[in-house]
Amino acid sequence: MATVSLTVNGKAVTANIDPRTLLVQFLRENLRLTGTHVGCDTSQCGACLVHLDGKAVKSCTTLAVAVDGASVTTIEGLAADGALHPMQEAFREHHGLQCGFCTPGMIMSAVDMVNRRGHQLDEKTIREDLDGNICRCTGYHNIVKAIAAGAEAMGKGTAPVRQAAE
Amino acid sequence: MYAFTYHKPTSARQAATLLAKKEDAKILAGGHTLLPTMKQRLASPSALVDLGACADLKGIARKGRNIVIGAMTTHAEVADSAEVREAIPALALLAGHIGDPHVRHRGTIGGSVANNDPAADYPAALLALGATVVTNKRKLTAEEFFTGLYETALEEGEIITKVSFPLASKAGYAKFRNPASRYAMVGVFVAKRGSEIRVAVTGAGEGGVFRWPEAEAALKARFAPKSLDGLKHTAKGINGDIHADPEYRAHLIGVMAKQAVAQATGKAG
Repeated sequence: MATVSLTVNGKAVTANIDPRTLLVQFLRENLRLTGTHVGCDTSQCGACLVHLDGKAVKSCTTLAVAVDGASVTTIEGLAADGALHPMQEAFREHHGLQCGFCTPGMIMSAVDMVNRRGHQLDEKTIREDLDGNICRCTGYHNIVKAIAAGAEAMGKGTAPVRQAAE
Repeated sequence: MYAFTYHKPTSARQAATLLAKKEDAKILAGGHTLLPTMKQRLASPSALVDLGACADLKGIARKGRNIVIGAMTTHAEVADSAEVREAIPALALLAGHIGDPHVRHRGTIGGSVANNDPAADYPAALLALGATVVTNKRKLTAEEFFTGLYETALEEGEIITKVSFPLASKAGYAKFRNPASRYAMVGVFVAKRGSEIRVAVTGAGEGGVFRWPEAEAALKARFAPKSLDGLKHTAKGINGDIHADPEYRAHLIGVMAKQAVAQATGKAG
């Protein structure tokens, strides 16, 4: 067994785990944060994306013990005070999902994209950077629209899409 | 995944000591090949020695006429490095097209080079640029280092510490990606350093990365895409699989070589 201490969505957690526990298993099974999904389990599909010290990584291909001391953000950690994160709001507004299985990974990927590339994202950039996320419903069109809108909304620090709708 | 004991040394020296002590131990770098392999139970090391906390294995530095990259430097760090972009832009471009953005946040140059996957990108850059692989025991040229399919000159317990790339006057890399795996179906790295020209091909060879002497000779006359007109690589010794047969891959070598030269000479469309 090995001890792992992480900050997950702002909260400190410590656990004794088998060293072979994958980060995604640790999040889902130990912490019951089941928003992070396991899709392909071979690091292709991106359903398991979480942010590790601010960078999107595939939690199905990361050992929990190897990221001891790190800060992890999952899809559950995005919304603040009951209000959806601007990127979540944009996915809702633009219907950037069909079955929803890939959505947590898509949104974590989208926020990472904004962190890396800023708030003005064109379609080509978004599609290229979605390389590591697969939507089994093939609903990419609205996902791309949602990411462009969400990126812009993040720049304004609010969720103008929601306000407009109300 | 089978059980293993986990070790996290804080220096390459500590890692080497651990590797010497633990029988059947494996080195964990970014883990993006090793962990999937272990999940499929195709590898079952008794111990993992994680290099993730070895600060001496990280970082990028310009040293004279060389760019020196620590083994645990991620693909994203190489792609975004101002030093690499300025000194060898083709190398930054190559790193920025490995896998996907999330894989690039974890995957490392040392891991990629040590694994010597026949479809990996870095081996082509090392061979074409005439890089040196530095280990905790010795220095190896790329030719000495890559010995075959998933085979390298690394000995038991030997750890790659850094890779040193001499600057090239011109360099370019073009790859035809498998859209699912994002590995190179064929990738060609061309580099011109003084009068020396090297063309290295990855993704295609049955024995892993190799040089294409005919293209090098043709480019020596004039370093331009046109110099490769009519030049065809043989399909002998070229990989065939469900994605492309040897003839198709051989054809792609010529196409990618031209694109790489166009990029190196600033004529890419």
